[in-house]
Amino acid sequence: MAETAAAPKTVKFIITRQDNPESASYTEEFELAYRPGMNVISALMEIQRNPVNAKGDGTVPVCWESNCLEEVCGACSMVINGKPRQACAALIDQLEQPVRVEPMKTFPVVRDLVIDRTRMFNALKRVKAWIPIDGTYDLGPGPRMAEKKRQWAYELSKCMTCGVCLEACPNVNEKTDFIGPAAISQVRLFNAHPTGEMNADDRLEALMQDGGIDGCGNSQNCVRACPKGIPLTTSIAEINKQTTKHMFKRWLGV
Amino acid sequence: MRGFYSRKIHSLLGVIPLGFFFLEHMLTNFSAVEGGASGFIDSVLWLNSLPLVFFLELFGIWLPLLYHGVYGLYIAYQSKPNLNRYNLERNWRYTLQRISGVITFVFVVWHVFETRFQVALGNVEHEELGGVMHNIVSQPLLLTVYVIGIVAACFHFANGLWSFLISWGITVGPRAQRVSSILCLGLFVIVTFMFLLSLVTFRDDEFQALSTALTSLRSVG
Repeated sequence: MAETAAAPKTVKFIITRQDNPESASYTEEFELAYRPGMNVISALMEIQRNPVNAKGDGTVPVCWESNCLEEVCGACSMVINGKPRQACAALIDQLEQPVRVEPMKTFPVVRDLVIDRTRMFNALKRVKAWIPIDGTYDLGPGPRMAEKKRQWAYELSKCMTCGVCLEACPNVNEKTDFIGPAAISQVRLFNAHPTGEMNADDRLEALMQDGGIDGCGNSQNCVRACPKGIPLTTSIAEINKQTTKHMFKRWLGV
Repeated sequence: MRGFYSRKIHSLLGVIPLGFFFLEHMLTNFSAVEGGASGFIDSVLWLNSLPLVFFLELFGIWLPLLYHGVYGLYIAYQSKPNLNRYNLERNWRYTLQRISGVITFVFVVWHVFETRFQVALGNVEHEELGGVMHNIVSQPLLLTVYVIGIVAACFHFANGLWSFLISWGITVGPRAQRVSSILCLGLFVIVTFMFLLSLVTFRDDEFQALSTALTSLRSVG
């Protein structure tokens, strides 16, 4: 690639903005000087530093959320050129221009690109995505986990609750209360853990409530969209198996 | 808990009994290809000679069909297709499953009205059903509608079986889901072929003879 160009290169952005949760959204265009290695976050930082839109008018800086800047926290998820993903990992060199940046509207928009992912954290509480180890006395060490199992379970533990799978899912929308793929995969993770297994039924029961696993329609977009490559559809099918077994066991009183 | 069970029942009924009846219907129709008009009549009469046939129809077809159809419309309504963002094979099948479900629902209502409902009203005898079909498929427009309805129903059946295997936790891993995709695609091709072959066979003149007694029905249909 040529390092220098005759004219200074610029990058065009079309950003969907929204002033507050109730107001209507609108788009604003920005044109920034190209810098090698820039990504969507560094572009947003540049707009923050010099809030001037493509027309040359001063504007209010674009709001967004970000944290780790290495695709492990999930905070900077937004829809970039039609695909939900992390803005910190969206390199300008790999994006078609103009770069269209929108908030993930499956979630309530707080302002501009900032969304409220509370429903995901509530979902984790609902399915008890943790391992209870507290007691009134020392419970001692738990059972050991087989190394093979640890290896695939580790993949599931990479989930950063970023919300991309919910944004990609055609069954997560205002007409349903589907919990989404992320929480289902966490149930598989904690049900696979030798100590977590002791509360497996509680998690399955939670997913058999309204808005639980029955909301999956097998479009399988989630597994293709997940930035961490988590086998979400395998998790969903496995939890389908576990809930089905649990249903029959309960009926038969086993 | 209600959602879980109603969805599970929806999924189960789609295969048992509806999937089985679908295959049975295919075989009955195919007897027209194998044995002509008389072969078809024999198959229809055999089916209707089954013990407690009214209850078999009620619990094996009508009620499951009503539940699966109405609840299925609700599932289709709840979806928000996003093929523009995810132009992927599985996402296409997800979307087509809902579209084909709605088409099949409308088609089946119309088809039942023209055949079984007319039998119930006493306008047609079971022996005359081949003639009824002959009259329908002799008209190019209605033949086209039938072809669309049949292809939609076959797709919905085959792809529904694929997702049934996932929803009940039978095919869990990606490999199992890929293999079942191929098997279900094969099933789709076979079922569609057999249904369409039977449909074309109903155009034969030997089914015409059966329809002579049905001139009065034309005004109804």
